[in-house]
Amino acid sequence: MRNTISALLLGTAMVLSVAGVASADDKTVKVGVLSDQSGLYADLAGPGSTLAAQMAIEDSGLKAKGWTIDLISGDHQNKPDIGTTIARQWFDVDKVDTIVDVPNSGVALAVNNVVKEKNGVYINSGAATSDLTNAQCTPNTVHWTYDTYMLAHATGQALVKAGGDTWFFLTADYAFGAALERDTTAVITANGGKVVGGVKHPLNTADFSSFLLQAQASKAKIIGLANAGGDTTNSIKQAAEFGIVKGGQKLAALLLFLTDVKAIGLETAQGLNFTETFYWDLNDKTRAFSKRFSEKMKSGAPPTMVQAGVYAGLTHYFKALEALGGNPHDGAKVVAKMKTIPTDDPLFGKGEVEANGRVTHDAYLFEVKKPSESKGPWDFYKLVGTVPGNQAFTPLDKSTCALLKK
Amino acid sequence: MQALYAQLLVGLINGSFYALLSLGLAVIFGMLNIINFAHGALYMMGAFVAYFLLNLGGINYWWALLIAPILVGIFGMILERTMLQWLAGLDHLYGLLLTFGIALIVQGVFQNYFGSSGLPYSIPDQLKGGVNLGFMFLPIYRGWVVIFSLVVCLATWFLIEKTQLGAYLRAATENPTLVRAFGINVPRMITLTYGLGVGLAALAGVLSAPINQVRPLMGADLIIVVFAVVVIGGMGSIMGSIITGFALGVIEGLTKYFYPEASNTVVFVLMVVVLLVKPTGLTGRAA
Repeated sequence: MRNTISALLLGTAMVLSVAGVASADDKTVKVGVLSDQSGLYADLAGPGSTLAAQMAIEDSGLKAKGWTIDLISGDHQNKPDIGTTIARQWFDVDKVDTIVDVPNSGVALAVNNVVKEKNGVYINSGAATSDLTNAQCTPNTVHWTYDTYMLAHATGQALVKAGGDTWFFLTADYAFGAALERDTTAVITANGGKVVGGVKHPLNTADFSSFLLQAQASKAKIIGLANAGGDTTNSIKQAAEFGIVKGGQKLAALLLFLTDVKAIGLETAQGLNFTETFYWDLNDKTRAFSKRFSEKMKSGAPPTMVQAGVYAGLTHYFKALEALGGNPHDGAKVVAKMKTIPTDDPLFGKGEVEANGRVTHDAYLFEVKKPSESKGPWDFYKLVGTVPGNQAFTPLDKSTCALLKK
Repeated sequence: MQALYAQLLVGLINGSFYALLSLGLAVIFGMLNIINFAHGALYMMGAFVAYFLLNLGGINYWWALLIAPILVGIFGMILERTMLQWLAGLDHLYGLLLTFGIALIVQGVFQNYFGSSGLPYSIPDQLKGGVNLGFMFLPIYRGWVVIFSLVVCLATWFLIEKTQLGAYLRAATENPTLVRAFGINVPRMITLTYGLGVGLAALAGVLSAPINQVRPLMGADLIIVVFAVVVIGGMGSIMGSIITGFALGVIEGLTKYFYPEASNTVVFVLMVVVLLVKPTGLTGRAA
């Protein structure tokens, strides 16, 4: 069935490509939003990311200056093979310049190679793995929003320092989970804590009771959830059912999105500590953007940090293109330009694109509000701390990116 | 050892869902000869109906256990009347494709309106909390699921295998023309049977709403495993599907303990083995 769908998608893409014959005008840009459009990450990225990309194009004002910017989107279905097929199709046939979003670290790393091979631009917002700007960095990749290093350091460090020195991991069994567990373990041991055990569960698991029982039996003070999306919401919900938090163990949702909190409900989610780099209710600018965004969303949801990252990343990309005076259709050249301009956008504030492709911006420690504290349908977070951009992400001297060794 | 007991019990809980769902599939296959791929979507609808009843109508879990299966059952009977009945006597493939299409449409519609991450549904107050069994902390709600689904499974088995109505049903499957000659309205019985199978799926949906998220894809994720359960148990065998459902839940639970990475695949490995050794399934009759 999936194959049929992807065949249909490819067919559609081919038809589209015939319509969009590449022109010699160098003020044309084609952006492809490659995301999980229907699976477990569709709410935190998916159609909302496409909307964010549209808004970035509109807000850039480039169209009024004679630019032609096209947008297409695709569904990678959380499968690396489908993701790379679409990416190749986009570069070879559709003449796409830039691929954005790409949640799911497994798919993101696979697409990373294709973008480098085709010398495109890769603005990743949805994937977590810090490998994108370390061992697997490329001159074509810019990683916005978050990564496993940031999550591990912000949340992990705060919890260990608060006395949570023994950990048990529930880890999603693919690239992302492994990277998050690895990065968090490094933080725990560096701060004097200990990992007493862990279990790897398959992606998209409905029932966590077996794993939770093992976590309970481990007597670890903190149960680290190195998973995302539906897996995280199910773990948290079922942990409440098994009396894990009441029994004195604490849950650490290493990666939690706004849409996850909505799905769990404040009743169960209250008091959880976690890190994000964007929240719709941070300041006037984020509120103004989120209002425009949610009016266009079918569900009325405000943007998640991944969707905000798509907007911010493209906004910066357009700035670089404008500075270049035209689109050279040379990914490495555009990304090099992006690295020379400081980032500044209404959603993430000021920051920079580092030499390894990592974008630095502030990260925020949040706590989920009690139901009584919430004043609206999406009023979920209390800000409890801010980690400045230059401390939140991998320091350049610790990055293993080969681009830095020149 | 304690951990082992705990995993066995957890396996039984998951087995309850497998049993309820595979039972519905077995009833529908046994009586209508339709491989009902829409089962997962109907299970999901059961959970959504419970959510709507609570959030729009203020109707609690207990009533939802009754109302949701009836409403979804009626939806199923409409499907049967308007579409499935025309496929009677055709190859299984037609029913499979039609119900698969229905499942995709229903899931697509729900996903369009409710997204993919799901909606919260909390455990009813009476079943909150848990008991410490010494070897594990058993949430009361999970215990309730095991007992309730066991009762429902056995009642369904009794209805079909031991009552007059069940006898008519089985006879109508064997030889519809002859049974009709006795003055029994066979098409209506078939419609009701489909409604019953669908109702069982919706009931499982309501039971699972407080444990899992109420998500459009909750059924799609589960249905493949349930089909494997039915294949292992033997298509159309009522008791076989109940026993296999519970047994596979336990086996899956043990896998989660000993080698969690394989917990997604163990059921399918078993299915392959069973198909190689006994293609009709463990308790199945030869077709």
